[in-house]
Amino acid sequence: MEKFKNISEKVSEKSGKLNRFLRRNAAGQTSEKGSVVNRIKNNSTLDKMKKNWKRGRSTKKAIRETAVSWAFLLPSLMGVLTFFVIPFCVVVFYAVVNNPIQKEFVGMFNFERVFTNNAFRQAASNTFMFSIIAVPLAVALSLFLAVVMESGIPFKSQFRSFFLSPMMVPIASIVLIWQVLFHFNGIVNVIGMYFGGPKIDWLKSDKAQIVIVALFLWKNLGYNMILFMAALSSVPKDLIEVARLESATDSQIFWTIKMRYLSSTVLFVTIMSLINSFKVFREIYLLTGDYPYKTLYMMQHFMNNTFASVDYQKLSASAIMMALVIVVLMLIMFLTENRYGKDIEG
Amino acid sequence: MAGMKLPTGEQQFYERAIRKARRKKKIYKYGIIAGTIICTIFAALFLLPTILTITNSFMSSSEINANYGAVFQTTETGGKVFISKTVNLKFIPDMVSFSQYFTVLFKSPEYLVKFWNSVFYVVPILVVQLMVAMLASYGFARYKGRVREIIFFIYIIMMLMPYQVTLVPNYLVSSWLKILDTRWAIWLPGFFSPFAVYLLTKFIRRIPTEVMEAASIDGASEWQIFSQICFPLCKSGLISIAILVFIDYWNMVEQPLILLTNDELHPLSVFLSKINAGEISLAFAVAVIYLVPPLLIFLYGEEYLIEGISYQGGLKG
Repeated sequence: MEKFKNISEKVSEKSGKLNRFLRRNAAGQTSEKGSVVNRIKNNSTLDKMKKNWKRGRSTKKAIRETAVSWAFLLPSLMGVLTFFVIPFCVVVFYAVVNNPIQKEFVGMFNFERVFTNNAFRQAASNTFMFSIIAVPLAVALSLFLAVVMESGIPFKSQFRSFFLSPMMVPIASIVLIWQVLFHFNGIVNVIGMYFGGPKIDWLKSDKAQIVIVALFLWKNLGYNMILFMAALSSVPKDLIEVARLESATDSQIFWTIKMRYLSSTVLFVTIMSLINSFKVFREIYLLTGDYPYKTLYMMQHFMNNTFASVDYQKLSASAIMMALVIVVLMLIMFLTENRYGKDIEG
Repeated sequence: MAGMKLPTGEQQFYERAIRKARRKKKIYKYGIIAGTIICTIFAALFLLPTILTITNSFMSSSEINANYGAVFQTTETGGKVFISKTVNLKFIPDMVSFSQYFTVLFKSPEYLVKFWNSVFYVVPILVVQLMVAMLASYGFARYKGRVREIIFFIYIIMMLMPYQVTLVPNYLVSSWLKILDTRWAIWLPGFFSPFAVYLLTKFIRRIPTEVMEAASIDGASEWQIFSQICFPLCKSGLISIAILVFIDYWNMVEQPLILLTNDELHPLSVFLSKINAGEISLAFAVAVIYLVPPLLIFLYGEEYLIEGISYQGGLKG
């Protein structure tokens, strides 16, 4: 038994060495060594050794590694399970029963009930409209700013701080000034009327969404811009130089080279902007309170008001619908990104 | 080259090329100028609200009423207070006054109570969330396994879900645990937010595995590797994530509105919108006090913040 153990240990050691050698060569990718590697790879004895080695690994050490990593994961996992995953499953359950006490299965009834609710429709369409307008604007404008910033203008780091500063400013602090700016008697109207514009009640008319989009952009452009700047600086310089030598124009370089490297960042920025666009409730709530003008009535308002009436089924159904919409949107974005930037590494 | 004479056709060709290059350089120069102007305009727009808030906080209440009376419709019309029909935008106060700060800090305690509420929510969440996340991300990044990959993917999905989705589960758990209307309702979900786990895992994965392997060969225990190798290497990442988490919770509005019906426990962010119109000058002072901690953190840790944001890009990496 002792002897046998020794042999298996030796074998595993050797095959481990070989494996490491193989990996190193694969990383190096020199053609000369490549042929050697291939010869070794085709060797059947090596395959056997490899198998042996794997079996050797899958004993004590592997178990220990798994145990260790699960031990580190445990606190967070327990928390996430109790506060996010399990309650979410319960929410799914609540969405398909008639009430939490009787627990009768009612199928899609709750969804229908929510969907025929006028307040929900209003909230959903407002949220949707806001995201449709604000998210592309946020992505395009911040990309534009990032390109301008990376084109070699002076005071780059100062500008970067200025653009990033709204992210740090608490919304609650700034709400007062926004009220001063956009009130019926506010500054924007004063300036607008000076140039002969009409007097608009910004926060209580159909123009209210413009204000909120502006506030959203103000808050989020800097963050998106930093993401784009980081991505732009990681585009390989030699590629661009080669394109220049081949007399490609600047716009060609931008659209065919930089955009492909940026595609994963565009995806990420779009997702983050989308998520942040759902957070715009904060601004709206602080500006206008529980019941704002009807174009500003967002999903969160609907939820808050439903919480007040303790209708768990309705809440659950709307939460699940929202989650589904998010997941579908993300899937679409991931698929487009995969098609567009699939041949880019890193 | 001076004495050399090129054939006429060729000379023309070179001259044209040089002219073209010069024109390009000129265009580039104009582009830089235009870019600077654009950035300046944007920067001015971006800074304006913050600067206005800060300068207005130094105006006395009568000056605020005179300038913004039309907006906030104060009822006090007595005395010398003049209420204009439209708003005057003023950058520099006529007289710098600290009386409203004095009132906020020493006379009316409710503002300070709310401010401390905000602090009491953010600091424990920051500390515990980062500790939990540090452990978890080490677990995710050190060894790999199929199940752990799937769990990590679930974390990402949970991170991407908007509040409107996670608030319902949060509310249910809080009501089961009977912690609604207590600080724990805000704390507990905050402790286990998956956001920091995701970012820290990305940070740790960038540490070369050889470093940890070497330590383990030298006989370091797993805890020693974690605390003496991984933790110090993640310091900058931790700071940047701490800043991001801080902003998020300093600004929270949704959670207290739903989970805390008791106004006493509300953070300042919610309370500020409820200050009545008569105390606008106080509100400006409170707003500035509320703005100071994140601003200081921003000035101190801007580089970390930028690094942290840059690391976020690309969900796959």
